[in-house]
Amino acid sequence: MKAKITITLKNGVLDPQGKAIEGALSGLGFDGTSDVRQGKVIEVKLNESDEAAARAKVEDMCKKLLANPVMENYAIEILA
Amino acid sequence: MKPSVIVFPASNCDRDAAVALEQASGKKPAMVWHGEASLPDTDFIVLPGGFSYGDYLRCGAMAGKSPIMSAVIEKAKAGTPVIGICNGFQILCETGLLPGALLRNAKLNFVCRTVTLKVENNQSMFTSGFEKNAYVDFPVAHHDGNYFADDETLNRLDGDGRVALRYVDNPNGSARNIAGILNDAGNVFGLMPHPERVISPLLGGIDGTRFFKGIIDAAA
Repeated sequence: MKAKITITLKNGVLDPQGKAIEGALSGLGFDGTSDVRQGKVIEVKLNESDEAAARAKVEDMCKKLLANPVMENYAIEILA
Repeated sequence: MKPSVIVFPASNCDRDAAVALEQASGKKPAMVWHGEASLPDTDFIVLPGGFSYGDYLRCGAMAGKSPIMSAVIEKAKAGTPVIGICNGFQILCETGLLPGALLRNAKLNFVCRTVTLKVENNQSMFTSGFEKNAYVDFPVAHHDGNYFADDETLNRLDGDGRVALRYVDNPNGSARNIAGILNDAGNVFGLMPHPERVISPLLGGIDGTRFFKGIIDAAA
């Protein structure tokens, strides 16, 4: 079983990388783009057959290491 | 004083910190590898600057979970003074010993220059070498020094006088120009600037010498 964790900066947390990407996109002529936010994706393979157990394990990983709750949100997807 | 410096993979200011401590205290600090499970007999701990674990995932995230950190956290909670400089500050925030987090610099650039700081609280053991509201010059060298915390936390830090050092000219976008903060009990201090880099006129200044001397005198 595989898990995909998407980590994003919380709303209101300054994202200078997102801003720089937004500037570059508008420089390329992509008009009307706004609110670009950058995050990261982490994939983990789990030796787990039960989806709920896998989710609980990844949730624990997020809390202990993968995300910092002061500035980040995370979303977990369990892939078959 | 029995100082110790924790060495993480890709720490690069550990020896500077050791030299500064030895200059101020006359004692060679113990250099403790991050993989150790326990600390030597110590009464002052430095988490040095650098780029532990290549700044992978988040600055200080992996170092904060190093084996030695359980012992450091335990000591800190028991009242042993702990100072985190630059990457050490990031590590302290990641472990929760200090509130908030250090984000990417607001203007995205790596800032490497000397900055002027205002000593807003000289009652802590870390800043007692200076007059209140004195100005000191320390170098900064970081990409992720933009201090962030929610308003409630910032108000609490301000209200309790826990913002010991503030930038005069904010180099990184830090909330409320914060350069260095204390924990609630006053025995844990994190700062982005590098006092250990200004301990001789040959290095551009001696404000760092006064900083470390102040700590040693306060501990005596």
